[in-house]
Amino acid sequence: MTLSSADYSAIWLTLKLASLTTVILLIIGTPIALWLSRTQSWLRGPVGAIVALPLVLPPTVIGFYLLLALGPNGWIGHFTQSLGLGTLTFSFAGLVIGSVLYSMPFVVQPLQNAFSAIGTRPLEVAATLRANPWDTFFSVIVPLARPGFITAAILGFAHTVGEFGVVLMIGGNIPDKTRVVSVQIYDHVEAMEYAQAHWLAGAMLVFSFAVLLALYSSRKTKAAWS
Amino acid sequence: MTMRASRFAPVCLFSVFAFGSAHADEVQVAVAANFTAPIQAIAADFEKDTGHKLVTSFGATGQFYTQIKNGAPFEVLLSADDTTPQKLETEGDTVKGSRFTYAIGTLALWSAKEGYVDAKGKVLSDNQYQHLSIANPKAAPYGLAATQVLAKQGLTDKVKGKIVEGQNITQAYQFVSTGNAELGFVALSQIYKDGKVTSGSAWIVPANLHDPIKQDAVILNKGKDNPAAQALVDYLKGPKAAAVIKSYGYQL
Repeated sequence: MTLSSADYSAIWLTLKLASLTTVILLIIGTPIALWLSRTQSWLRGPVGAIVALPLVLPPTVIGFYLLLALGPNGWIGHFTQSLGLGTLTFSFAGLVIGSVLYSMPFVVQPLQNAFSAIGTRPLEVAATLRANPWDTFFSVIVPLARPGFITAAILGFAHTVGEFGVVLMIGGNIPDKTRVVSVQIYDHVEAMEYAQAHWLAGAMLVFSFAVLLALYSSRKTKAAWS
Repeated sequence: MTMRASRFAPVCLFSVFAFGSAHADEVQVAVAANFTAPIQAIAADFEKDTGHKLVTSFGATGQFYTQIKNGAPFEVLLSADDTTPQKLETEGDTVKGSRFTYAIGTLALWSAKEGYVDAKGKVLSDNQYQHLSIANPKAAPYGLAATQVLAKQGLTDKVKGKIVEGQNITQAYQFVSTGNAELGFVALSQIYKDGKVTSGSAWIVPANLHDPIKQDAVILNKGKDNPAAQALVDYLKGPKAAAVIKSYGYQL
């Protein structure tokens, strides 16, 4: 008894979803985190709270609202239909949108902490050396915040791998498109295929432990997450 | 705090006995998702007529099986199939002789849009839709019946790329009701009341297109000595419950 081809395709799909989500989150999460770490605006509180919402909301709430918003009568659904894309529920693209929302705090918060830890002094020095903002970002901020980026990427990836409720609510359990590992395990358990469930669940457990072990072992200094 | 609690404890204990002796027992029931609406209607009558209290949990039958095998506190199971209660019986998890068929399910092809589904279900083979929602056929009997209907009509390959699966019949219904799937196979009980389809349009699938969806009930070991469990089973066999069950489109 080992993994079936359906199990392997669920694993592959999960890795694809998690990788894409992590890349997107690093791209959009970095400016958000940078802004949150620097701004004096009154919007800092509300934006920070919105980013953190997925930490406290049950995935069923996010999944339910996404099901309505992405559907043919929802506002995102209206938008995608007007672009000729149809609706995004039951599609890989829909899962990516859901995962980006769901894993957002796991990427933004470590980045924000790392940026705050840099302080203003290195940036002032860079400015006196006439570095432009892009230069400052790539030559000063990124190297100094490197542990933050690593933590953000690992947590964003791992959290997306562990996603279940949102996928369940908007995915429709379609092989190779929306049937990720967590849903496949649930399927096996429901169908009373405990042996197959064990293989996949065990693999998830080992994977998650390995990721967290790597994360916590590498963090010798307290730079990344204060 | 402790002192106050101990002063009130005897009073509480007394009141439990006082009311308990008047045959007000509580029974924990695991109910297949498709039977959600009927059991709520039946529960109101049952509680009024017998004085017992019904505590219901709704879910997929496969999930209940796993929970029961792992010590869930359910005393009665109203399954969506007949194989799960039978399996539990063979494995010694039920009260011998308590198993019976409480309803025979009816499958319906449903759309939330008025006039979308025709009376003969031709919309299915016309193939003009993007998504066809069904319940997971591995875990839900209504999902299995849906795949049998598709096979019998020679549509299995044609609709393969359009099928979206809900984990149970409630989710299959949800995909259709939110408009994310134009069409779906649901339990008639979800969209039917007093002889009419309550919203959208539907084709009531003829019973000869799939194996009968026999829904069995059984008293579990945890309910062996609970008079309310036996009372519920008796009540489900009675004429009052039968009328409610039929009004939701089940056969008996």
